[in-house]
Amino acid sequence: MRKGTSTRNIGIGIAVVAVFFLLPAFLPRFYVYLISLMLVYGLLATSLNIVLGYGGVFQFHHCVFYGVGAYATALFLTKTGVPFILSFLAGAVAAAVLSFLMGIITVRLSKLYFGMLQISLGSLVWAIVYRWYSFTGGDDGIHGIPVPEIISSYNGSYYFTLAVTLICLFLIYKIIKSPFGSALQGIRDNPVRSGMIGINVKRHLLVALVIAGFFGGVAGSLFVVVDKTVFPDMLFWTLSLEVFIMCLIGGWFSFFGPMVGAAIVIALRTFVSGYTVYWALVYGIVMVFVIFFLPNGILGFLEQRAKPADEKKLIEKG
Amino acid sequence: MTFLELTKVNTFYGLSHILFDVSLSVNKGEIVGLLGRNGAGKSTTMKSIMALVPPRSGFIRFKGQDIKGKDPYLLFRTGIGYVPDDRRVFADLSVDDNLEIVYRRNGDWTKEKVYQLFPPLAEIKDRRAGHLSGGEQQMLTIGRALMGSPELLLLDEPTEGLAPLIVKALENQILQLKSMGISILLSEQNVKSALKLVDRVYVIDNGRIRFEGTVKDLETNEEIKKRYLMV
Repeated sequence: MRKGTSTRNIGIGIAVVAVFFLLPAFLPRFYVYLISLMLVYGLLATSLNIVLGYGGVFQFHHCVFYGVGAYATALFLTKTGVPFILSFLAGAVAAAVLSFLMGIITVRLSKLYFGMLQISLGSLVWAIVYRWYSFTGGDDGIHGIPVPEIISSYNGSYYFTLAVTLICLFLIYKIIKSPFGSALQGIRDNPVRSGMIGINVKRHLLVALVIAGFFGGVAGSLFVVVDKTVFPDMLFWTLSLEVFIMCLIGGWFSFFGPMVGAAIVIALRTFVSGYTVYWALVYGIVMVFVIFFLPNGILGFLEQRAKPADEKKLIEKG
Repeated sequence: MTFLELTKVNTFYGLSHILFDVSLSVNKGEIVGLLGRNGAGKSTTMKSIMALVPPRSGFIRFKGQDIKGKDPYLLFRTGIGYVPDDRRVFADLSVDDNLEIVYRRNGDWTKEKVYQLFPPLAEIKDRRAGHLSGGEQQMLTIGRALMGSPELLLLDEPTEGLAPLIVKALENQILQLKSMGISILLSEQNVKSALKLVDRVYVIDNGRIRFEGTVKDLETNEEIKKRYLMV
């Protein structure tokens, strides 16, 4: 039975990927761009979920790594002659380094205190980016970032984003399913008990934070490819909140939850804001309904509904 | 040779004084019982050793080293396995993953060896640990502690709330562990069950050690039995 479901899942996965690859052939440009954005934010939310959903860490200001990744890539591309692929990687590495430095400080605290300290440290980074006109362009950001021809076209950037997102999701999935990921979930369950079986909780969390920061940075660099601009709002805490909400709406205990959440939030933001300036109101109502009726998020809810059949079989078998 | 040694340990929960000058020792390869009623201080003694509730004064030596104030994960890595009385497993992980994530000091214990000791676990490897029965969870928690190849095992009321048949199996398994050379500090309310297993006994009441001796000494000492153990 177990084998049957896993082959079915692989089949679904291949079908979904195939549909994504064929989309640009049918959809107008605007929608292709929109889906690229969903992928970028989906990757960002999934990277947050490594520590939020699987590690139980309240990483409130995850966008710092996204923004720093984007800025690092943008600065390398505009100010140096470094090849594109290295500039792209520089974004992720810069985000990972920042995540390590912030992590050393924040990992000493737990739960809400962790989140509060993280918001303040992150806002510090935002303030630097916002104020340092000569280097980061300050409030203006950086525009017209030179991205190589082949991936700067609409379809090119879409395929590049899709490929990088798929690779990153695969890597994150592997990390989550590895013993490292299991130990991380153990820490989420109970940090004290994890210590009692020899896990160095703080170091484990720090490594997880660096990994999350790294993939957040990748998402930031992808945004540069899709939009060719960076601006300080990418590091502002309201965006972090939005990414946090993406995880909650989609389901922070399911792997693809944040992806789904990101798609929903982006779609709401884009389409509802076409009808009314009060789109945040609609957004808020959706949020309230999700929290009240689907505490595990939309995907979490669907997974739960699908589960009972499996569980019954398991009971019959055992 | 004294393996684990507590000397005049005093432990507090906030302002309330719980353990009063508790001294006890465990020698290599023996099972030592820590008996007492509910709330006598058995679990707190265990938690003091494991630094979950660090003692305020006194010494704790393990293999001749002072271990007071060390982090729990470091204690585990020096060879102390702890099985808490709430025997909580990592509910979201499978049985296999519960064993997998343990820090391993050396290769003495493998998952296969744990499954050999607890055959029922092998059949439910892939099940979520949160769905196990009480007895299965107890086996898993002990197995988890064993994965770190401990030299000393702290078992806090392992038989509490289990069916008699399972208790019997567990007793055999504990004796098996002893024969492998693992020293065990076993806390129990169930005096009858404990006396079948242990070599020496400490009786604790109101945070003080009231009696220390062999099983025979305790069995002949009616007063201690009546006063502190209610048997």
